[in-house]
Amino acid sequence: MNKTVNPNELTSDDDYGPLYAARKKVYPQSVSGTFRRIKWGLMAFCLGVYYFLPFVRWNRGLGAPSQAVLIDLPNSRFYFFFIELWPQEVYYFTGLLIVAAVALFLMNSIGGRIWCGYLCPQTVWTDLFYAVERFVEGDRRERMRKDKSSGALTLKRGSEIALKHSIWLLIAWWTGGAWVLYFNDAPTLVKELLTFQAPMIAYIWIGILTATTYVLAGHMREQVCTYMCPWPRIQAALTDEWALNVTYRYDRGEKRTSVKKAAELRAIGEHVGDCVDCYQCVAVCPTGIDIRNGPQLECIQCGLCIDACDNVMTKIGRPTRLIGYDNDINIQRRQNGKAPIYRIVRPRTIIYSAMIAAVGGIMLYTLATRSLLDVNVLHDRNPIAVKLSDGSIRNAYTVRLLNKSGYDRVVAIDADGPANPTVHVVGVDSVTPDRPMIVIPRDSTSELRLLVTAPAESNPEKSIPVHFHVTDIGLGEAASATDNFVSP
Amino acid sequence: MTDHSDIDSVSGKSTTGHEWDGIRELNTPLPRWWVISFYLTIVWAIGYWIVYPAWPLIQGNTTGLFGYSSRANVAVEFANLEKIRGDKMAALGAASLADIEKDPALLALARAKGKTVFGDNCAPCHGSGAAGAKGYPNLNDDDWLWGGTLDQIMQTIQYGARSGHAKTHEGQMLAFGKDGVLKPDEIVTVANYVRSLSGLSTGKGYDAVKGEKIFAENCVACHGDGGKGNQELGAPNLTDKIWLYGADEPTLIETISQGRAGVMPAWEGRLDPATIKAMAVYVHSLGGGK
Repeated sequence: MNKTVNPNELTSDDDYGPLYAARKKVYPQSVSGTFRRIKWGLMAFCLGVYYFLPFVRWNRGLGAPSQAVLIDLPNSRFYFFFIELWPQEVYYFTGLLIVAAVALFLMNSIGGRIWCGYLCPQTVWTDLFYAVERFVEGDRRERMRKDKSSGALTLKRGSEIALKHSIWLLIAWWTGGAWVLYFNDAPTLVKELLTFQAPMIAYIWIGILTATTYVLAGHMREQVCTYMCPWPRIQAALTDEWALNVTYRYDRGEKRTSVKKAAELRAIGEHVGDCVDCYQCVAVCPTGIDIRNGPQLECIQCGLCIDACDNVMTKIGRPTRLIGYDNDINIQRRQNGKAPIYRIVRPRTIIYSAMIAAVGGIMLYTLATRSLLDVNVLHDRNPIAVKLSDGSIRNAYTVRLLNKSGYDRVVAIDADGPANPTVHVVGVDSVTPDRPMIVIPRDSTSELRLLVTAPAESNPEKSIPVHFHVTDIGLGEAASATDNFVSP
Repeated sequence: MTDHSDIDSVSGKSTTGHEWDGIRELNTPLPRWWVISFYLTIVWAIGYWIVYPAWPLIQGNTTGLFGYSSRANVAVEFANLEKIRGDKMAALGAASLADIEKDPALLALARAKGKTVFGDNCAPCHGSGAAGAKGYPNLNDDDWLWGGTLDQIMQTIQYGARSGHAKTHEGQMLAFGKDGVLKPDEIVTVANYVRSLSGLSTGKGYDAVKGEKIFAENCVACHGDGGKGNQELGAPNLTDKIWLYGADEPTLIETISQGRAGVMPAWEGRLDPATIKAMAVYVHSLGGGK
């Protein structure tokens, strides 16, 4: 430290500066154009799926849930249309998360933070809440004026504020409501919720999600992206010089001047830019930045400034896309009189695509070929082998049979490995000698104690592999598992 | 506001006035809601100290406003658990052993309950997997001293063997050597004879006729003709391949000379009837039950 600070001199805020920065409220203006239309479309799609998917039915037979997408926590089952997953198959979710993460990397290497601008729930709901605000209170200028006007609260203004927050809360409530419908049969739960018969946990979750949606989308808005979300920081490490980001083409824009002056200067052959400094790109920005200052952390790449600028350019008769998805390489190339190049196929995007294809392919393959009948075997550890009175050797196993299908099965169990083994299941009288038959109820597991005995004269080695074959005697579907047969 | 000299000339932003080796820190304050949230967490933490047990004192600790205690919660949980299990255990107590075997739900309950109780009470002698040890029978095999049916197993658990209980199993192996009934060479001969019963090799110069004669005069009363054993008396079958104390000659000589009288405690009174029933079912299901 070069400067010696006398603590007595540092007594007020003035000496330290303010402890916190007041938020500069953003008043995004409505805009129309290509990217706005894409955003509306994606919002309708995403919210439509989220809000209405629980009501889609799927016939799985009597006694099974008839909801297409259901997370059945009490019974540890996950249903997704024709797929039913058990807890031990949770690796499918791991695969899904890997695909999602790599898809995000791929998006990022092609179009920058397009996830943030179009698909992120924070963006989608904030956008919806802004639409409500605009509908109730009017566009940017009106909202700024209304916020600034001091004095007594008029009835009209008061009812406007109340209406806005009511609609927001209604959307937030429905957001929480849709969430809980994924965890229980939707029509039943709706009925229970309306008659106050639903479990407490459902109301608690609706409450939590109502509150978070209302606070995050209604009040915190762009601050979530700027201060809370780690993605802006992470994406900086993932992007490269070829990624297309929302970019102000300063080569074309500078120097900025008014329309009139630009015409005059052009007439005498002087160079001026296309940017007329109208601030429309700033007015429509939901994070309140000026894209002309270059790429910045707050930018969510939603493209609304492109729409705003295009509208202005069309009006003044200049070419559109003064702001567009581009990168710095192309701006440099244009400045040097070269044609821009766009490189979507690069090692980075090829690797990401290959990873998505590989993980997705493995998942699809395993999903298509997975068995709905499964067997797990665990050898008794203590005692590892038992000598019977006639000298024969017996090993005990805990066998777990899984029937993931929607019907009861009758299965037969065979064991091979030691010579002439006898197989017995405790509590089951075998109809066929040495081939126990078991009934496994649908969609459940059965745990059995299975004994394999090798006759004394077979004199088995210290340890030999034993294979268990479980066969559905009606359908022929089979599963097997391998363990060891041990002699003392 | 800050003094003009605190404005950073490059960025035009105000600084905090802190300086390290000529580098000054720009004033980039947190948003107001963030700072307020931070203060709220501090208030929350102080509230937590007051409401919940928190501070260690010399003896004990502060108990908090509501007297919350996780230990008391666990006690309540246990009580609830007992209440939930009460019905099922009552059903187990009411059912006969044969009914339990036939009802998959009761069988599963009995086996699960039996397994935990076995681990707590029986494992010290019989081993955690009921594999037994020298002098302590292996409960997985098909050889039984006092019988291997469900009822017989339950009876053994209830009353024990040589346990002092009024209904206990009685019967013991006499000490033929120590009590001077047999001479040492007779003991060697009969030990070899016993080995021959289960097909084991016999020593050099062993007289089979003499062995059979000694066995018939001294052992048949309990072990039966041909040494097949007698479960009424807990006399083991000597013709099979399972030996509680060992089948080698020195061990057999020791057994015949000193006698054997292993003790199994009675569990009636220590465990409730439903639990004993569960344990009988569990032992039976280990694989050796008749």
